[in-house]
Amino acid sequence: MYDIIIIGGGVVGCSIARWLSQYKLDIALLERSSDVCEGTSKANSGICHAGYDAKTGTLKAMLNVRGSKMMEALSKELGFGYRKCGSMVLCFDENDKDKLVELYDRGLKNGVEDLKILSGKEALGIEPNLSKDVVCALHAPTGAIVDPFTLTVAMAENAAINGVTFKLCHEVTGIQKESGHYRIHVTKHPSLTDHEQKEYDEEAKIVINAAGLYADKIHNMVSSAKISITPKRGEYMLLDTTAGSFVQRTIFQLPTAKGKGVLITPTTHGNLLVGPTALDIEDKEDIETTLEGLSEIKEKSVLSAPGVPLREVITSFSGLRAKLTERCDVINPDDLNKEGDFMIGEVPDAKGFIDVAGIESPGLSAAPAIAEYVSKIVEKMTDPPLKESFIPQRKVHIPFHNADNKTRLEYIKEDPLYGNIICRCCMVTEAEIVNAIKSPVGATTSDAIKRRTGAGMGRCQSGFCNPRVVEIISRALNVPQEAVCKNDTGSEFLVNGKEDK
Amino acid sequence: MYELVVIGGGPAGMAAALSARENGIKDILILERDKELGGILNQCIHSGFGLTTFKEELTGPEYAQRYVRMTLDENIEYMLNTMVTEVHGIDEDKDNCIVTAMNREKGLFDIECKAVILAMGCREKSRGALNIPGYRPSGIYSAGTAQRYVNIEGKMPGKRIVILGSGDIGLIMARRMTLEGAKVLCVAEIAPYSGGLRRNIVQCLDDYDIPLYFSHTVTKIHGKKRVEGVTISKVDENYNPIPGTEKKYECDTLLLSCGLIPENELSRAAGTQIEKSTQGPVVNENLETTARGIFACGNVLHVHDLVDNVTKESVIAGQKAAAFIKEGIKDWGEAHPVKIPSKEKNTIPEDMDRSCQMICIRCPNGCLLTAKKGVDGEYEVSGNLCPKGKEYAINEMTKPMRNISSIMSVENGQGPVVSCKTSSEIPKGKIFEVMEMIGKTTVKAPVAVGDILINDVAGTGVDIIATNVMDKEG
Repeated sequence: MYDIIIIGGGVVGCSIARWLSQYKLDIALLERSSDVCEGTSKANSGICHAGYDAKTGTLKAMLNVRGSKMMEALSKELGFGYRKCGSMVLCFDENDKDKLVELYDRGLKNGVEDLKILSGKEALGIEPNLSKDVVCALHAPTGAIVDPFTLTVAMAENAAINGVTFKLCHEVTGIQKESGHYRIHVTKHPSLTDHEQKEYDEEAKIVINAAGLYADKIHNMVSSAKISITPKRGEYMLLDTTAGSFVQRTIFQLPTAKGKGVLITPTTHGNLLVGPTALDIEDKEDIETTLEGLSEIKEKSVLSAPGVPLREVITSFSGLRAKLTERCDVINPDDLNKEGDFMIGEVPDAKGFIDVAGIESPGLSAAPAIAEYVSKIVEKMTDPPLKESFIPQRKVHIPFHNADNKTRLEYIKEDPLYGNIICRCCMVTEAEIVNAIKSPVGATTSDAIKRRTGAGMGRCQSGFCNPRVVEIISRALNVPQEAVCKNDTGSEFLVNGKEDK
Repeated sequence: MYELVVIGGGPAGMAAALSARENGIKDILILERDKELGGILNQCIHSGFGLTTFKEELTGPEYAQRYVRMTLDENIEYMLNTMVTEVHGIDEDKDNCIVTAMNREKGLFDIECKAVILAMGCREKSRGALNIPGYRPSGIYSAGTAQRYVNIEGKMPGKRIVILGSGDIGLIMARRMTLEGAKVLCVAEIAPYSGGLRRNIVQCLDDYDIPLYFSHTVTKIHGKKRVEGVTISKVDENYNPIPGTEKKYECDTLLLSCGLIPENELSRAAGTQIEKSTQGPVVNENLETTARGIFACGNVLHVHDLVDNVTKESVIAGQKAAAFIKEGIKDWGEAHPVKIPSKEKNTIPEDMDRSCQMICIRCPNGCLLTAKKGVDGEYEVSGNLCPKGKEYAINEMTKPMRNISSIMSVENGQGPVVSCKTSSEIPKGKIFEVMEMIGKTTVKAPVAVGDILINDVAGTGVDIIATNVMDKEG
């Protein structure tokens, strides 16, 4: 029997796991995929929003501003990619200026610091590639970019070091209320190192539902007040690092009657990201990109910056936001549960069951604050003592790619595998890949390695390093190369045998 | 301190180093990032190399091995598994070039030298660069990645395959995958013609009844985990897909052969100017880049169609670098545009009468031959530019013959497989029988180029011989 089971290994679930790992609690996290960070957390804008967007007095506003303020210190403590590059919202029409002022005022009310409205000329002065049509812009110096992959992985690894058990390839298929605890039906899917498929039960006194797109399904297993989540798909284009300094800040467009615009932003990996589109869809697995979506990105992005070098695209991808379309009452310390807000709190007809649902934008920015908030809810339930042995830091090496030559030499002396470059585009060494496999919540797939090390993220998109990464995984985990997957089972790179003719 | 450092131990690097040595340069160092010399030729196990350089048709590994042999014979120093991270040319502050490199044994180190030759080759365009919509499952490979899996690792990346792009690598891989037992459903080409050689359309696609669709491209990739299919659409003259022309193919693999890009990360970082049209460095008539003392040749300068032309250019780079080392810095002069032969625009004539007409596959010319029986019962051949064409046409009418290249499993070798070929042509009808024999056979390391691996394969009187070396493990 666990004290707490967290369902979902996205940025929210992993952050909660890390926060709760400072208490003397027996915690497990169940994730249906072969790695953490496989859902919404892996495909988003990678933005740490300043916090002027969310309606004042909502959880979204409160947790966004709080999360944004926590993020920089956390990035140092846990070692993930973060850069306070600032952000700008562009206004192209004098008639829309009052909407920009509205954002400014809301930002002040939400507690966002250093906001300023710039004239079109001032905006162009600091971002010369912007369109001449910009009439004014809201500048938020506290806006930042964050690496959603290493953020999630860092939270997971740190939680694991502090005693949280991560169960990957574990899908929750049902939950039963029993006296004083929950019985959770689990399907354990085959994984790279454990082929067995089995169904069994876990038990926990407290259940935290951080299942992202499937938070409705999990909630509806225990509560008679049904909720519903509709995926909203966003398509993106990722441009080469050669385009990475096209803009210095995250550039948003002021939403107008014509719709919500797209953003152009540098990423913590040095690329330029353009998107997203926004389309309500039904299938929670439908992460395809479309001809229409990619054209829309092109049309909209040139409004902000006519010269945006879209020809330098290296990949395109889609992410799904978990939009709550039907909600229900939950109990939280601030009694906040309004339409359009995050839904975080204990479910009234399921004592000890905490929903963390509807975490759409600004969920990434808010994730650490959400974790802190959920900890408070848990504290009220059980008042757990703190662990003296809690280690808040995650030890990380500076990536070889970013290290200076002196440090690189030290790395190679320490471990000669640092002397072997596997990913040429992003200069990722064999040592870093092996370490990613050996780390707590270790990588077993090529996507997991990509998220942890950057291997395959560059302009050749793993054309060169794929066979080498597959070989390293196969060697390190002692499995045949044919079993190595891109992500979940079924995404193997190689085939056995020959086509029957 | 070296006189010359060559970056890249492929055909360009080795030819440049050998040429510099011939021109009196003693201290030369080749830096190669892979575990062996030879570069991409090691995985190009098909034949078609060396017709001008050696006046005979060799496979890629054989061509490479001839240069490896010469490099060893000339005692030219080289370092394997060594990656160059930075290059600096000569400037006001420095009389020498500096190359920063790294490997497992030596760590990270600087090498000073009088001149540098860049010979890093090129890379393939990825799916992302082509912006093909759809899911992002596994099973999408550039043709070269698939080629490495099959020919170097001895692994199969898929069973049912669609290929996008009819460049030579795409065509070669269509045949290669078919020989290894995969089913290649079609090759789609967005242009109304192929950038690959006509002989390759014939011997890689026609021979195996693989359809080639011009003016078609992939407009959707299906499958959430592994590729489950691709949709192909016809395109208009501006290469825009025409709605309503979609055809879905069920397959597990999409191979992309959509062009190559010179690999100039190092050159850019060294501050050399890059020419937009070639994506390679701007050079003067001595093949010197705008960073002084740094020369460039081979596919890093511009993408070549034939390795023989890479060799030719690299010999010049070697000479010029040698002169630079001996004579010292002079006025850079003017930028010298690289002469690139106009891109091949090949199709197979639609009105070709297949009962008596054919494309000759004996050399890259790909002559359209006509063979008709004369009054004396002998075939009269027309359309051929050389006597080989006549012989080919008569054979094709009476007993079609083919050479094949493949790989064979190796026991106790440094790698799992070694490349091999038929020692001379075999009857076309025997191809799959011969492939089966090769598949059943394992050879013990060490293997040398030319070693007979199977005697008289499938009763053809022809041997299977090794086309590369394979040393013993350890």
